[in-house]
Amino acid sequence: MDEKRGSDATPTKNHTTLERKSAREVVVTRTVNAPARLVFEAWTKAELFRRWWVPKSYGQTLLSCELDVRVGGQYRLVFPYEDSTMEFFGTYLEVTPHSRLVWTNDEGDSGKTITTVTFEESAGKTLLVVHDLYPTEEAVDTGSTGALPEALDQLDELLASL
Amino acid sequence: MVQYFQSHFDASFGALSDPTRRGVLEQLGRADASITVLAERFHMTLTGMKKHVGVLEQAGLVTTQKVGRVRTCRLGRRGLQEEAAWIEKYRQLWSARFDELDNVVEELNRKERIHGRKKRK
Repeated sequence: MDEKRGSDATPTKNHTTLERKSAREVVVTRTVNAPARLVFEAWTKAELFRRWWVPKSYGQTLLSCELDVRVGGQYRLVFPYEDSTMEFFGTYLEVTPHSRLVWTNDEGDSGKTITTVTFEESAGKTLLVVHDLYPTEEAVDTGSTGALPEALDQLDELLASL
Repeated sequence: MVQYFQSHFDASFGALSDPTRRGVLEQLGRADASITVLAERFHMTLTGMKKHVGVLEQAGLVTTQKVGRVRTCRLGRRGLQEEAAWIEKYRQLWSARFDELDNVVEELNRKERIHGRKKRK
């Protein structure tokens, strides 16, 4: 979708775009005013990641956040939910320092989604492209995985319900 | 949620994947228009525009009505609103997230400046 009336956005903040590329793909883009290695750090160190992944304005906090960022490593995010907890977890499929992360979302019961994040540095700024591929029959067949978008839907619902 | 996402949104998101069709929706968001007007606006043949409108119509995003020789297109309200709402909600989550990310990264940047750049990769 193109520019919405972004008049309420603070001018210093970069614009976040979201686009449906196809029936099963969502692409989110955003520029961050820092080199890729710093942005990558914020995505891969749990103590940093947990500070931004759940926006403060959503009034929710992570109970725990474990990121084992290496190929085959797992991540696990735990949120309080009603009297219990809700967990989001998956596996890192690709880890290329400062440029690319791919992970799966394994908690869904109707197939898995894959999230690919690329970090493209240019003139000291980093363009982040978050690509979510929702499950296809092929993805399910080959056992490849699903990711945070699905978790995000659930998270979003969860957060909205609080 | 995932099932809802897939079954409900597949057709319409497929319809939305094309820039011309998104443009048509945007245009119709301002005012109803005939196929002829849309074709001219997007520099297309009537046949080409009819196809695009057909896809949008099937997805429930657009309705058309033929009066005399003119087929008028308008937004199919329900479908579009639901989708726009979903997309906007999702975008807002990411937007809020990235704003927080800015803070974290800015802090890293500051620390690095204070400690001086040791080495660059």
